[in-house]
Amino acid sequence: MTTHPLLKVRDLRVVFRRRGEPDTVAVDGVSFDVAAGQVIGLVGESGCGKSVTSMAVMRLLPARGVEISGSIELDGVELLALSDSEMRERRGRDVSMIFQDPLSSLNPVIPIGLQITEVLRRHRGMGKAQARAEAVELLDRVGIPEPRRRLDTYPHQLSGGMRQRALIAIALACRPRLLIADEPTTALDVTIQAQILGLLSDLVRETGTALVMITHDLGIVAGMCETVNVLYGGRIVERAQRHRLFGTPRHPYTHGLLRSIPRLDSPPGEKLAAISGSMADNLPWAHSCAFAPRCPRVLETCLDITPDAETSGGRLLRCHNPVPASAE
Amino acid sequence: MTTFTARRKARIDELAGGRSLTSEAFRRLRRDPVAITGAVVVGLFVVVAALAPLLAPHGAAETFVELKRDLRPGTIPGPMEGFPLGSDQLGRDFLSRMLLASQQTLLVGVLATVIGLAVGVVIGTIAGAFGGWVDTLLMRLTDVLLAVPHLLLAISVAALAANPSQTTVIIAVAIVGVPIFARLLRGSMLAQRESDHVVAVTALGVRRSAVVLRHMLPNAIGPVIVQATLTLATAILDAAALSFLGLGDADPGRAEWGLMLAQAQAYLDVRPALAFFPAVAIIVVALGFTLLGESLREALDPKGSR
Amino acid sequence: MPSVEAEPLLQVNDLAVHFPIKQGLLLDRTVGYVYAVDGVSLEVRRGETYGLVGESGCGKSTLGKAIVRLVRPTAGSVVFDGADVAPLKGEALRTRRRRFQMVFQDPLSSLDPRQSVEAMLTEGMRAHGLPDGSARLRELVAAVGLPPSALRRYPHEFSGGQRQRIGIARALSVEPDLIVADEPVSALDVSVQAQVLNLLGTLQDELRLTYLVIAHDLAVVRHVSDRIGVMYLGGLVEEAPSQALYDDPQHPYTRALLSAVPVPDPELEDRRERILLTGDLPSPAAPPQGCRFHTRCPWRQPQRCDDERPQLRVIEGAPAGHRVACHFAEGIRDGVIKPHSVEPVVVGELSAHGTVPDLPGSVTEILGR
Repeated sequence: MTTHPLLKVRDLRVVFRRRGEPDTVAVDGVSFDVAAGQVIGLVGESGCGKSVTSMAVMRLLPARGVEISGSIELDGVELLALSDSEMRERRGRDVSMIFQDPLSSLNPVIPIGLQITEVLRRHRGMGKAQARAEAVELLDRVGIPEPRRRLDTYPHQLSGGMRQRALIAIALACRPRLLIADEPTTALDVTIQAQILGLLSDLVRETGTALVMITHDLGIVAGMCETVNVLYGGRIVERAQRHRLFGTPRHPYTHGLLRSIPRLDSPPGEKLAAISGSMADNLPWAHSCAFAPRCPRVLETCLDITPDAETSGGRLLRCHNPVPASAE
Repeated sequence: MTTFTARRKARIDELAGGRSLTSEAFRRLRRDPVAITGAVVVGLFVVVAALAPLLAPHGAAETFVELKRDLRPGTIPGPMEGFPLGSDQLGRDFLSRMLLASQQTLLVGVLATVIGLAVGVVIGTIAGAFGGWVDTLLMRLTDVLLAVPHLLLAISVAALAANPSQTTVIIAVAIVGVPIFARLLRGSMLAQRESDHVVAVTALGVRRSAVVLRHMLPNAIGPVIVQATLTLATAILDAAALSFLGLGDADPGRAEWGLMLAQAQAYLDVRPALAFFPAVAIIVVALGFTLLGESLREALDPKGSR
Repeated sequence: MPSVEAEPLLQVNDLAVHFPIKQGLLLDRTVGYVYAVDGVSLEVRRGETYGLVGESGCGKSTLGKAIVRLVRPTAGSVVFDGADVAPLKGEALRTRRRRFQMVFQDPLSSLDPRQSVEAMLTEGMRAHGLPDGSARLRELVAAVGLPPSALRRYPHEFSGGQRQRIGIARALSVEPDLIVADEPVSALDVSVQAQVLNLLGTLQDELRLTYLVIAHDLAVVRHVSDRIGVMYLGGLVEEAPSQALYDDPQHPYTRALLSAVPVPDPELEDRRERILLTGDLPSPAAPPQGCRFHTRCPWRQPQRCDDERPQLRVIEGAPAGHRVACHFAEGIRDGVIKPHSVEPVVVGELSAHGTVPDLPGSVTEILGR
């Protein structure tokens, strides 16, 4: 991880403004790096800002009513400073995205094949026949059986798993250097999820594409991502290499989350250590710790002073009173 | 810890409001300039209509020597002392007739809409609640009614009456509204029937009648109420059209905007004001109801809560 | 652990729910059936939690709805506390509903947006002539961990977890014996799921409830259940005490399912072996002949698996409560039969007879809701 980062996000802040209503800070100062060929995870629950972060990186947020500040550098180029048409050029070619719902992110009235060849011809300047051959190759690589016949099928004729494969084929069509997968398997069944995750892992290994995996499922990141970022209320509260993060979670949120989810291998019937309250209890980060109202280790300080992100030994931690390293 | 518990408590108290969806919708309406404009127009109209007998200086059928004196072919007296809008074609006070006509217009519009709404709601509820062949039968019937252009339908119904009167106008216009309300309600009732919360109360063992009347209907009626305010506008226009075509009240003394507009057409070149004022009044009132209806639709839409 | 009595509270015998697929504008013509539930038998004992697990389209939700009689079974019986509820209708069914309740997946959509919590809770009590005093109401909301002030509030004023608590309180309001919980936590945030699962456990202990928990999440089901039934394409493929199912999965599908669930533990993830299934779930409108799993099974053996539908049975050396519907379960367990690769079959091409074009993927899709 000593290589120069491919994606460098610094102090990203996304604020939604609506007339007559208080501003919503969706992402509140997020910084992270992704190196080429690296797989990182952004984990958190709904409303933690993980999806907004990815949309900001892709520059897919609407221009009106949204205020983005900070910096997003892809290979040294500041994405936030690019014009819309320059960004369009990069999308698909340098950075691609896979969404949660493959049906709504595919065009329903255009056959799968055409949706792929379109990208190939536009970004890689291929001829018609060449693009078609390449599309067959891509579909084959993502594990769609009989790829030649599938070129002419419409998205609704495919099952959820096949649609997601097709979407991955489109995302990879231009061999992007960065792939963002936003809950790519949430709409799928576990056996299909296993197929898709296996496919993504293989593709990343083969092509050297960097992958940002966005999910709420701690199990997925545990198996796939080298570095895991845990988000809460729009900020990264803990970041560490996956073995360290899951082995010794230090932030009370990470720690509590890991103890609260039922596991296949835990002894059955025992009570789960639930985290109290809900997201609705969050405090603003500006002058407190957002998690404080739900935190079992809360101190008076947590309600009055924002905890800073401190890095030690490769672990980033934003907490006044972290779980002692020896606790687990 | 004290501040923490205190803050937490404050948050819970703040939430203890207990605001229903309806009151949320009204809160949104009160902040919407379109809704306020619509409400002001409609409010003014209702007030004028209600107070018309007091506001109008003269009666609707009263003729005046001062006005009749200058009344001859080719001239109709304009505004003069005591008659701010001048005379109509028969030497009656135009202002008084305009004011008194608002009452008739409101009466016809509201009654026709309410009757149409009532019948439509009954049909829509039955069709939506029972489904099956009852639904098919009722909906085919409404389809037949919907297939006829609405004004043509109103004219046909009004023409059936032996002698045209205000009642026949009201009934004719009401019948036009029935299939619209019935179809709309039936559609949203069907959607409600499949909804989780209706399934949930069914599972709870609540009686079918209570499920339909307490859970399906109140959640399905929103769009129908919105439609009713919009229909009120077209009802006024339809009633005016019927009067215009001579299918309205035959009583010459009674003032009604549509009828006034109809009769004014013969004098367009002599005194256009006779047509202008009723026409503008109809348009403004219809617009007021439309604005109110549209903003009501937005306020009631749960997705519009942003 | 709650005390579980041997006496079954619920007995489902050979239950089938087939939905007709209709086409046509004026006259509906039945062009086929969706075999959502096709021959399921199971028993739930008083006081226990029975977990039903399976992927979308396997019929688990339809089975749950058939048990609480929200859909009408096509065949079979649902014997609840000694009496068959499958043929009931009208008033007899309505009054019977007091005994079995349901908790829904989406806590927001399953609550009437126009009703306050108080109105919601009293409704069921009134419908069944139960006392609905304010003391009882406060007791109910307290039981699910909400303050008395919640009674005055409306669903949209609560968070997801709190709404699910209200849904549970509503189910409890009529003092049922059985609660069917259909994906009770899958719509909730991860940090809130544990609260609701714990609550369900506490309530079971206090009120001696019997649960049928339906979920796609194996970890959740295993955590809450005493026994688990695994469903695939409308039928049970394996049934076992929850620990036994995890320790010794006998059906190839259960094995694949268990190996596919990601575990939040990198050590385990790194060394686990995945049994990757190829292809998709076949359409429930055209289930494969023979063993329904044979099109995706890595252990499939020629002919018998294609032709004969296996029944649930106890295999040699397995404890009595562990049943599996696989012809070759012993051979697979002992390693005599080795897994082989499977050519993925694309859904929709299975129906060679081609009566139903564009086969829908799931019950939900077919019914168009």
